[in-house]
Amino acid sequence: MTTPPAEGTALTTAALALGDDALVLSHRLGEWAGHAPVLEEEVALANIALDLLGQARVLLSMAGDEDELAYLREERAFRNLQLVEQPNGDFAHTIARQLYFSTYQHLLHTELAAGDGPFAPLAAKAVKEIAYHRDHAEQWTLRLGDGTDESHARMQRAVDALWRYTGEMFQPVEGLDADWTGLEAAWLEQTGEVLRRATLTVPESPRTGAWTAGAGRQGLHTEPFGRMLAEMQHLHRSHPGATW
Amino acid sequence: MVTTTPLEAELLELAGSVPDPELPVLTLRELGVVRAVRARGTDTVEVELTPTYTGCPAVEAMSLDIERVLREHGVREVTVRTVLAPAWSTDDITDEGRRKLREFGIAPPRVRPTSGPVRVELGPTRTHPTPRDAREEDLGPVRCPHCGSAETELLSRFSSTACKALRRCLACREPFDHFKEL
Repeated sequence: MTTPPAEGTALTTAALALGDDALVLSHRLGEWAGHAPVLEEEVALANIALDLLGQARVLLSMAGDEDELAYLREERAFRNLQLVEQPNGDFAHTIARQLYFSTYQHLLHTELAAGDGPFAPLAAKAVKEIAYHRDHAEQWTLRLGDGTDESHARMQRAVDALWRYTGEMFQPVEGLDADWTGLEAAWLEQTGEVLRRATLTVPESPRTGAWTAGAGRQGLHTEPFGRMLAEMQHLHRSHPGATW
Repeated sequence: MVTTTPLEAELLELAGSVPDPELPVLTLRELGVVRAVRARGTDTVEVELTPTYTGCPAVEAMSLDIERVLREHGVREVTVRTVLAPAWSTDDITDEGRRKLREFGIAPPRVRPTSGPVRVELGPTRTHPTPRDAREEDLGPVRCPHCGSAETELLSRFSSTACKALRRCLACREPFDHFKEL
């Protein structure tokens, strides 16, 4: 089966970027099922994943057939940020990824919801869900950062490790009418405020690397993403059209 | 509001009478998710349904139930369309719906004040020792659906479904679900 819109309109480009972010992060969070540190987190991460999956379904349907797009595209055709494809790591890594992404998503969707573009209806709805995701990530960042020596060290390690993937979030996306410079400034301010309150050090290292230039939005992904896709797409590709 | 014919009003009533698949104590009308019913000709009907959460898996079951009920009442062709705008809010749950939730043991979502003075927040001066419900100050306490106490604590921001949080009453010690404000 061949796959989708390599070219396409600005709407398709934007829908794939936002939709792939939501889909890929949803899958990563779903990997915690059965492995989360406590039952409440098992439920919380699965619920956040479900919200993201719902957003992904709406967005991918704007770009084409949701199942074909999710299950039959090759790695290079995905337009998600490299941040969301990063492995779960320890719980601190998952929380740092959540903090970075939900803060970004909240700011972006707030702006999209205020406009009258094609993404406004979804953004208005999603932003209310994302507020809970951000709240969840913030509270855990505070608890881990301002917790024991061990949790503090791990949280700092996670915050540092994922920092290099945060510059990519503010590259303009064709088809999205947003003030990217303003979003980035707000993101740095909000994220920095949470990190400082959590007694963590705001990283000063670069927010992009030579290898990430352009990166996810152009279809260049990190090594773990291929393996994630293999698992995500395996069933659908082995049993095309199967239903139950 | 577009004009509604008596037939459409009747069909809206029918579609709204379908129980929510996950909270069967509530009807879809009480939940506030059936937006409109439009009759096209005599036996073709389009229903507009809005999801509570974007990823709410109950939407498919709701659609099937609405189709079934309308077909049983002689409508030949039923199409249920999902609409996102305007976004559903827990303020769309009717008073009757809130009462039923409470009776069922779920603390209903608090209602946002629509007018009156707006609180100006000053930044917190220290980290709170326990997870804080930032909405508490605006919306008032979440009361225990069992004993009515306002002394309750948050156990988990997410519960059995995306729309609920898990809390515990400090007076009667019962844990309970809280339908989160959205």
